[in-house]
Amino acid sequence: MSTLEIKDLHVSIDTEQGTKEILKGVSLTIRTGETHAIMGPNGSGKSTLASTIAGHPRYNVTSGTITLDGEDVLAMTVDERARAGLFLAMQYPVEVPGVSMTNFLRTAKTAIDGEAPKLRTWTKDVKEAMAQLRIDADFTQRNVNEGFSGGEKKRVEILQLELFKPKFAILDETDSGLDVDALKVVSEGVNRAHGEGNMGTLLITHYTRILRYIKPDFVHVFVDGQVVEEGGPELADRLEDEGYDRYATGAGAATIAAASAAAQA
Amino acid sequence: MTDITTEKARIGAPSAQPFINGFTEEGESLSPLNAAESKAPLAGEAVKRHSHGGGVGIPDSSRAGRLTSYKLADFKPLTGMEEDWRFTPLKRLRGLHTEVLGGAAPAVSITAPDSVRVETVGRDDRRIGSAAIPEDRVSANAWENFAEATVITVPSEVQVDGEVSVLLTGQGTEASAQHIVIVAEKFSKSVVVLDHQGTAVVSENVEILVEDGAQLTVISLQEWNDDAVHASSQQVKLGRDAKFKHIVVSLGGDLVRVTPSARFTAPGAEVELFGLYFADAGQHLEQRLFVDHAVANCKSNVLYKGALQGRNAHTVWVGDVLIRKEAEGTDTYEANRNLVLTDGARADSVPNLEIETGLIAGAGHASATGRFDDQHLFYLMARGIPEDVARRLVVRGFLNEIIQKINVPAIEERLTEAVERELAATNH
Repeated sequence: MSTLEIKDLHVSIDTEQGTKEILKGVSLTIRTGETHAIMGPNGSGKSTLASTIAGHPRYNVTSGTITLDGEDVLAMTVDERARAGLFLAMQYPVEVPGVSMTNFLRTAKTAIDGEAPKLRTWTKDVKEAMAQLRIDADFTQRNVNEGFSGGEKKRVEILQLELFKPKFAILDETDSGLDVDALKVVSEGVNRAHGEGNMGTLLITHYTRILRYIKPDFVHVFVDGQVVEEGGPELADRLEDEGYDRYATGAGAATIAAASAAAQA
Repeated sequence: MTDITTEKARIGAPSAQPFINGFTEEGESLSPLNAAESKAPLAGEAVKRHSHGGGVGIPDSSRAGRLTSYKLADFKPLTGMEEDWRFTPLKRLRGLHTEVLGGAAPAVSITAPDSVRVETVGRDDRRIGSAAIPEDRVSANAWENFAEATVITVPSEVQVDGEVSVLLTGQGTEASAQHIVIVAEKFSKSVVVLDHQGTAVVSENVEILVEDGAQLTVISLQEWNDDAVHASSQQVKLGRDAKFKHIVVSLGGDLVRVTPSARFTAPGAEVELFGLYFADAGQHLEQRLFVDHAVANCKSNVLYKGALQGRNAHTVWVGDVLIRKEAEGTDTYEANRNLVLTDGARADSVPNLEIETGLIAGAGHASATGRFDDQHLFYLMARGIPEDVARRLVVRGFLNEIIQKINVPAIEERLTEAVERELAATNH
């Protein structure tokens, strides 16, 4: 049983116009076996949260903490975080020239496990995982993400999720840009990984569509860098019907939170 | 009037007269000389005209108009403004373009199977000038100054097991001239490795003759010391159905400028020109190649890949491919890829494709210079891969495509190690 704990996280970025605060005090606790959905309109800071957990250098943590089973995640380098068990399925997976998928997957697996995977079982595992995600076998010979379509890139992210077996998976808008078939394939992959019982999932999405295939235990609504409402799966249904309009962007989050608390009471 | 209408309706079909001056049914006629003089530059009238001031009626921009001559005096002193010298820091040539090249040439030591003939010959040997003619001043300077030449001959129909290894060891920093002739006689098959090491300031001419049906691979390794300056004109002339593979690997030296040229003289021949270079801070590594499709039904395939790291690391790649009017059925492709690993490095890449006939099988060119940037690094590190491993993974993978083409295991291993050393050298 592992716990990923985010406490009062404030994050800013440097822009040409100066420093801009994007996350304004986010707190969240995820445990093994739980699936949390983070939903919110564009620009609310959802992806910033994901990238900050992974350690993207663009984002500066100004205050707050992230811990994994008590260990200070913010003190770790990007690769150390991955080896500690955090996995970010990226919204825009990067094309890496010159590195074949085979080589990449094996190198990453070796780094994460601290030892090279046994060649025979590894090759078999990769093959099976690829087949389940309907990724052509010849992708192993291609360079990482190079020339892949949007949907192929997302499937390859989930392939890595299944092979690397992290403690916590953060899925950054994995559903965007996928057609229904691809969405099903990808969701099944996430559910398989989650179903092994050793992983917590943080699912970041703009749409409720993926929640038909991946059932969240908790839903957090993100507006303007803060969590403005939290609830169970029923909250997602409500968002599907009503959209984000009632969380007027720009209005004080506290006001909204108070209003929604009042509405619920 | 009626005639003209008919002609217009038959665009693409041969027509007796062009409608517009300078245009034929194949499009713009880039080199008006070629209609009259249909031979390769080594073969007669065209050469003589070119030798005195760039040819008659050939636009400066066409590679066909490039001056070629055995005489140094025919080439004007360099100013750095010349098309083929505009990227080269002349000051760092250490006199290769201005001095008499009287220094001791790199020592030649050859390991070859008994079936291969190795000779050291004087300037008057009949084989000298059989495959090459200087295309620039530095090459002509070496031609005028070399004392003796090394001639390597693979006799007819001999298939050489293993490779012919030519070790060239620099003898110091006095400007010198070197001349090597490689003859692959009819239907022979062989691999020759030119292995440049040590410290030298040398202009080198390598003449390569691949006779009818012969198959030859020449690998030129530049693993010089940091202070070496090397200009190398490596010219190949191919007979009917000949096959030639050329691999240029430039890693060491202050300034290395390799200028390979391939000329087809009979149909059915094929060249593959590959290159790998890795420039560190302050290094200038230049490669300018020329493929002259002067006859029908020949093939060429060019791929050069380079990595750069450190301040003022500079690489230059210029690929001139000329498909002359008579070279119908030509199939050619050239590509250059550069990977810039750090700030402060510069890669120039210029693919030039001149096509004077539309009746070809294929012609393409491509160039891409990309950065190994923070996004790549973040992606790989986000998968648990430490930074140094990530960098190595990318560069090794990128350059491996060329190393794999060498097919000499000992050299492949050596180059893989050399690339690792390059990466380790600057803590990457």
